[in-house]
Amino acid sequence: MITETQYVQFDALDLDCGETLRNLQVAYETYGRLNEQKNNAILILHAFTGDAHAAGIDHNGKQGWWDNMIGPGKAFDTNRYFVICSNVLGGCRGTTGPSSIDPATGRRYGLRFPVITIADMVRLQKKLVDHLGIRRLLAVSGGSMGGMQALEWAVSYPEAVEACIPIAATARHSAQQIAFNETGRQAIMMDPDFLNGDYPDDRPPARGLAVARMIGHITYMSDESMREKFGRRLRNREAFSFGFDIDFEVESYLRYRGQQFVGRFDANSYLYITKAMDYFDLTLGYPSLAASLERATARFLVISFTSDWLYPSYQSLEIVNALRSRNHDVTYCELTSNYGHDAFLVDIAEQTEVIRGFLDRCQREFREARA
Amino acid sequence: MKVRDVLGRGDYALISSLIPEGARVLDLGCGDGALLAWLRENRRIEGRGIEVRPELAQRAASRGVPVYQGDLESSLGEYPDGAFDYVILSQTLQELRRPLDVLEQMLRIGKHAVVAFPNFGHWRVRFNHLLSGRAPRTPLFPHAWHSSPNIHFLTVLDFEETLVEKGWRVESRLFLSGHSQIRFAPNWRAEIAVYMIRR
Repeated sequence: MITETQYVQFDALDLDCGETLRNLQVAYETYGRLNEQKNNAILILHAFTGDAHAAGIDHNGKQGWWDNMIGPGKAFDTNRYFVICSNVLGGCRGTTGPSSIDPATGRRYGLRFPVITIADMVRLQKKLVDHLGIRRLLAVSGGSMGGMQALEWAVSYPEAVEACIPIAATARHSAQQIAFNETGRQAIMMDPDFLNGDYPDDRPPARGLAVARMIGHITYMSDESMREKFGRRLRNREAFSFGFDIDFEVESYLRYRGQQFVGRFDANSYLYITKAMDYFDLTLGYPSLAASLERATARFLVISFTSDWLYPSYQSLEIVNALRSRNHDVTYCELTSNYGHDAFLVDIAEQTEVIRGFLDRCQREFREARA
Repeated sequence: MKVRDVLGRGDYALISSLIPEGARVLDLGCGDGALLAWLRENRRIEGRGIEVRPELAQRAASRGVPVYQGDLESSLGEYPDGAFDYVILSQTLQELRRPLDVLEQMLRIGKHAVVAFPNFGHWRVRFNHLLSGRAPRTPLFPHAWHSSPNIHFLTVLDFEETLVEKGWRVESRLFLSGHSQIRFAPNWRAEIAVYMIRR
């Protein structure tokens, strides 16, 4: 399946910080077919560094980031569902972000881009969904930051969400999660090439961005998956170098991942999106998480993974227990996996079964409610 | 279609006969969600389940049952008062650390509690114990003493006594021997007892 990224423009978007962004663009892809009743649409929400290319193969031969989950016969079965995925606000993969041109100045936004929130991202996605003529989504789903957006959708637009599937997510970042993000941001901003966000295209703060990514990758894996994948194996050598070259496989892997990341991700987007995650708190403006989630009318499927220490199960349980305290329709599974936070991307056999069954029921009940 | 034919469990058949159309049902220790799925199809109930074993909870979720994967003894407190019409505890009472706390919770969050348990007073258990001089092992209690999930052994009489002590009202009591319902001398003859109680 060759997929094509599409683009749509919007005039303006009001932001939580009080500013208004003008002349916005959203990059998105769709898979499957929207039915006549327009009740089979699923919005997929990507994690921090993802993009609109969630499934299929693009023109460069690149596979979508959740291609194992989206497609004919897969968890998000494109024979049955119309699947949408867009790049988030603040991103650097086709949707307006700090690397876009500010229409007011004709120059890149850089750090003049307003600070955005998860709710702002969702507000822009709502414009896209409206543009596609869909009044109520069958489901919103994503892992990690995608799960936060899914939760925000369920609370901000209850009338537009039939089912909500946050995976390996949280209702608010913990101090530990904020700490990791801040470390990444500091690595970027301390890079002499950062130039207060006005770095040229061909000379980004590559060292800082790479280090930020290396830290990120550590948090996405688990102790066990790193032991399995690398152990203490040496890289292309029989003995220690007794220097600071690459000795271990894990060093080589992290450096490679860091360098590769610089080629595909914008440093300013890194700052803005991590900040949006850190600001995210579903309880803001409500006495409790339960009170906030009370607005939601969606059925929920919450998934966490045993070895995920970045978004641990207790954070999913906090969401689930808030929903149970209001007797909400919620399914909760803690799936067994060694892959850490990455599990939602790679360890998908059980996740697929659980999502398939849940969606099947939601679609049936959605149709019955309409009939 | 009879629930027994589908699910192969006599207590399920009795329980499902107690649940009316459209009820809100919570099944504690719902396993793979078979009973809830059956009730949803045939009684159009709104069901929820709790199951602690991950594989079973996932199977329940895979059939679209809203299951909460967790330990039922520590997770009932979250539900609001009167959230359900029926709260079912099927053949798990004898495995609980604090069975009375769970029963109290069931009656708080549900209008009716449906409790099924294996009767330790059954004649086969009594004779097995008397004649062998060992912890009873019968088709209903097949486990060796060290590997049994059962930690509280109760009989029909024990449960009746508890109901009186607690002042809980019995709405139905049904007794099963094999696949047949019995009425006479249940504490001797019943293998499974099914009670529907309320406060």
